[in-house]
Amino acid sequence: MTETQIKILEAQFEARIANDEKIEPKDWMPEKYRKTHIRQMSQHAHSEIIGMLPEGNWISRAPSLRRKVALLAKVQDEAGHGLYLYSACETLGITREELYEQLHSGKAKYSSIFNYPTITWADIGAIGWLVDGAAIINQVPLCNTSFGPYACAMVRVCKEESFHQRQGYEIMLTLCKGTVEQKAMAQDALNRWWWPALMMLGPTDDQSVHTAQSMKWKLKRKTNDELRQQFIDQTVPQADILGIKIPDSDLKWNADKGSYDFGEIDWDEFWQVVKGHGPCNKQRMKARVSAWENGAWVRDAAMAYAEKNK
Amino acid sequence: MEIIIKKIPACAGNIMKKNWPLWEVFVRSKNGLDHRHFGSLHAADEEMALENARDVYTRRNEGVSIWVVESKHIRASNPDNNGELFEPAKDKVYRHPTFYILPDELKHM
Ligand SMILES: [Fe+2]
Ligand SMILES: [Fe+2]
Repeated sequence: MTETQIKILEAQFEARIANDEKIEPKDWMPEKYRKTHIRQMSQHAHSEIIGMLPEGNWISRAPSLRRKVALLAKVQDEAGHGLYLYSACETLGITREELYEQLHSGKAKYSSIFNYPTITWADIGAIGWLVDGAAIINQVPLCNTSFGPYACAMVRVCKEESFHQRQGYEIMLTLCKGTVEQKAMAQDALNRWWWPALMMLGPTDDQSVHTAQSMKWKLKRKTNDELRQQFIDQTVPQADILGIKIPDSDLKWNADKGSYDFGEIDWDEFWQVVKGHGPCNKQRMKARVSAWENGAWVRDAAMAYAEKNK
Repeated sequence: MEIIIKKIPACAGNIMKKNWPLWEVFVRSKNGLDHRHFGSLHAADEEMALENARDVYTRRNEGVSIWVVESKHIRASNPDNNGELFEPAKDKVYRHPTFYILPDELKHM
């Protein structure tokens, strides 16, 4: 194909997206569109899979059977989310093995939030409330994204997320209505998860390199800063109901703009965690890679059995 | 009694190594509706594909029946040929009831 032909195809392609048409895997697409989608969707899938680890940590120690079945179901949902997204990603012509290999070698990233430890039961509450809360804000606009299989996966994911956030908030509520120690535990979890949750919505707009292109392809409908503001505005009243304090002395209502002002985010910490120096990066990767490697004989045996029965 | 587990060298069998194939999953959400494509998954054989489909796609009563088929058996049309495939239907307006001009006072037709 000549360069002019590609230019024409690209223009037609952009027009289809502007016109709210969906792009399906076998349609012609610019190479950059394919690559960007593989990157974003796989990163998203990896986050769902690694995200099971901090919470899985508490399944066996959940304080009641009710909490245990709920947490188990939530973690199982996250596995499902990872699988929906991996298979959507595979429609772009990359194999599952390649995707795993990118995760295991550290070439592909996952959300930095999952590199923080879950040291008390209240962390499970804080994750459901704040981390799933921030994830919902990120994901809802993606239900309308331009790539069909991604949009379909996100519709399913979003339907399942609201229970995640509600179960987390209910844990926080129970702790906050409990003993002084329990409430202190909830406060401590909020103190530790608040800032990482804000960072989860991505670098500030002036630092975010892909925003313009992503907006055009509907991979983003709002900028990181807009999403963050939305998250803060909806979460502050929820903390008030719990009766615990968001750890930001600069946080205050701004009547003029109709939203909250908030303090400086420590972006240095964010980039440190992204680069692999968070509290649990090594632990997470080790758990993931060893699960994959130690399961190899099961996968091989299942395949050998299937071949034999053919 | 002592159980000795012999370590099999990691390379053994690698020549034969095959990854689990991809399957497409179709779910009927309730009787009276068609099976609809839900997504895909990897599994070693059709039994496992069905079980995985149950776990991945029907955790909340989304279905009463599941079909799985190995993805390689699906022959898909190529969007590049959409012109020759679907364009011919476009100018056949006479296949639609609105093509026929009838008087307004005519009822039940
Ligand atoms: Fe999820
Ligand atoms: Fe979730």
